[in-house]
Amino acid sequence: MFLKRLLKNKIGLIGVIVIGLNIAVALAAPLLATHDPLTINLEAQAVPPSAQHWFGTDEYGRDIYSRVIYGSRISLYICLLSVVLATVGGVATGAAAGYFGGLVDNVIMRCMDALMSFPAILLAIAILAALGPNLYNVIIALGVVYVPRFARIVRSSVLSLKEKEFVEASRAMGNGNIYIIFRHILPNCTAPLIVQATASLAYAILAESSLGFLGLGAPPPAPSWGNILSDARNFMMENPMMTVFPGVAITLAVLGFNLLGDALRDVLDPRLK
Amino acid sequence: MKQQTILEVKDLTKYFVVGRSIVSSGEVVKAVDGLSFDLFQGETLSFVGESGCGKSTTGRLVLRLIEATRGTVSYKGRDVAKLSGGELRKLRREMQIIFQDPWSSLNPRLTVGQIIGEGLRRNKELSQAERKRRVLEMMETVGLRPEQYGRHPHEFSGGQRQRLGIARALIVGPKLVVADEPLSALDVSVQAQVVNLLARLKREMGLSYLFISHDLAVVEHISDRIAVMYLGKLMELASKQAIYSGPRHPYTQALFSAAPTAEVGRPADRVILSGDVPSPLNPPPGCRFHTRCPHAQDDCRRLEPEFRPLESGHWVACHHPLARG
Repeated sequence: MFLKRLLKNKIGLIGVIVIGLNIAVALAAPLLATHDPLTINLEAQAVPPSAQHWFGTDEYGRDIYSRVIYGSRISLYICLLSVVLATVGGVATGAAAGYFGGLVDNVIMRCMDALMSFPAILLAIAILAALGPNLYNVIIALGVVYVPRFARIVRSSVLSLKEKEFVEASRAMGNGNIYIIFRHILPNCTAPLIVQATASLAYAILAESSLGFLGLGAPPPAPSWGNILSDARNFMMENPMMTVFPGVAITLAVLGFNLLGDALRDVLDPRLK
Repeated sequence: MKQQTILEVKDLTKYFVVGRSIVSSGEVVKAVDGLSFDLFQGETLSFVGESGCGKSTTGRLVLRLIEATRGTVSYKGRDVAKLSGGELRKLRREMQIIFQDPWSSLNPRLTVGQIIGEGLRRNKELSQAERKRRVLEMMETVGLRPEQYGRHPHEFSGGQRQRLGIARALIVGPKLVVADEPLSALDVSVQAQVVNLLARLKREMGLSYLFISHDLAVVEHISDRIAVMYLGKLMELASKQAIYSGPRHPYTQALFSAAPTAEVGRPADRVILSGDVPSPLNPPPGCRFHTRCPHAQDDCRRLEPEFRPLESGHWVACHHPLARG
C-alpha cells in the first residue's frame, strides 16, 4: 500500500532506483571490480581512463573504478550505521523528553541545543579528534551529530500524541509508561522519522566524504569516496578525471537519498490520510 | 430506599496554572472548585452544563487520570489518591472511561482485536485463544461483527468507532464508567443506538455511569439523577424528576428552558440569560452565577452560597432558591 504509493510517485521511483543501484553495487562489489582496490601498481601511476583502467588510476596506480565500487561499501556502511545510531539515540532522548516533560525535558533538550549550536562538520571533527580516527569512531561522531534532529522531531510528535485519548484510555486500563510509549506513541511517529532518516542519509554521505577529504574519515588506504577524492585532489591539474568519478558517485548517492526523502515526505504526509 | 454508595467525592478541586514563565507565575484556572457528590451503585448520574464548566475535568479527576489539587475521591470507601501504583492499577479495571471523540480515542495503528484486547493484557492466565474469544464476545455485545476483528479504526464509521470504544472500556469488567460526552460527535440517528446500547449494557453488566453531557434530551432519557455545573461548581443536584419538574436553581431553570422540545404550540416560557460565562480565570465573587442571574440580590454578590440540601436528596447552591413546582 505504502510502497505502491511511493513507486507511483515519479521522484520516489527515481530515488528508489538510484539507491537500489547503489546498494546493489555495494553488495556485488567483488563481482563488479576489475582490480583489487588496494593493490599498488607503480607501473601505471595516475594514468587517464583506458580500456584496462576504466576510470584511470591514482598516484599509487590503484584502479579508481574498483576503488569507487568498493568505496560505495564503506560510504554506505558508515552512513547507514551512523543514521541508525542517530535514530536510536534521538528516539530514546526525544521520547523521554516529550513524554515526561518538566525537568527531564529541559535537561535533555538543552543538551540537544548545545549539540546543535556547533556546525555539524566541526562537531564531528572535534569528536574524532577526541576519539581518534577509525571507521567506528567516524560512525559514532556522525551519529552523535545527528541525534538532536531526531530528538526534536520525536519530541514534538510525542508531545501531541501523549494528549490523545487513546493514550488516556491505555492509562485508564492500568498500563505503565513504557508500555504506552512503545505501544501507542512511537508507532505513531514513524512517518516523520522515516522522512528525517532518509534526508539524514544524504547528509551523512556528504559528511563522511568531507571527513574523508580532510583526512579524518575511514583511515587510508581504505577506499571511501571521501578518501578517493582527497587522493585525487593533488592531481586536479594534470588529471582532472580522477576527481570526477568519486565526485559523481557521491552526487548520485546524495541525489538518490534526497529524491527518496522528498517522495517519502509526500507519501507519508499525515494530511493525505 | 437507601442505596449503596459506590463513589464518594468530597471537595474535589482542580486548579490549572496557565501562562507560567520565567517572568510570570501564571494565572490560576479554577476548572473544578470544591465538588462534593455521591454516586450510587447502579445509577446514572449525569453532569450537565455549558462548555468549559469543568464536567470533563471532573470525570478525569474521578478516575485519577489527572491529579486533584485538593479533595478526595473514595471508591467503595478507599481513597483513590492514596493508592500505590499497583493498587491503583488493580482499581483501574473497575473504573473505565468512554471518550467523546471516537477519532482520537482509538490508536490508528492497531486492529480492533488489539484495541479491545489491550485491557486483557494484564490478565496473564488468559491464553491467546481465550483472549480472542472474550474479545469476540465483547464485540458481539456492543454490536460489532466478528469479521471486523482484524480491521483498523479508520475503516469504521463514527458510531461503530464509539461501539469499539465502549467495548474497550467494558472488557475489563468495570463497575463504574465515566462517559465523557460519548454522543456529541455522532449523528442523531446513531446517537439513539448508542444511548440504547449504553442503557442495555448498564442493565446487563450492573454498571454505574457518570454521564457527562450537554445534550439535555439524552440526559433526560438516560439519567437517574442530574448534577448541574456552572464555572467549576455544582449548582444543583437532584433526581431527574425533581430537576425536570421543578428546578430550584435559577441557572438550572435557564439551562433547561433553553433546550428545544418537540411539542408544537408549547408556550414559550423561556428564561433568557444575558451575557457570557465569566472567565474561570477570574470567577465573580459571591455566587458565581450572579452576573447573569435574573433573581440576583445583594447578598449573592458578596456571599458564596453553600451547597446544601433543600429537602432529601435535592441539593442547591443558591441563597434564594426558586419555589417548588
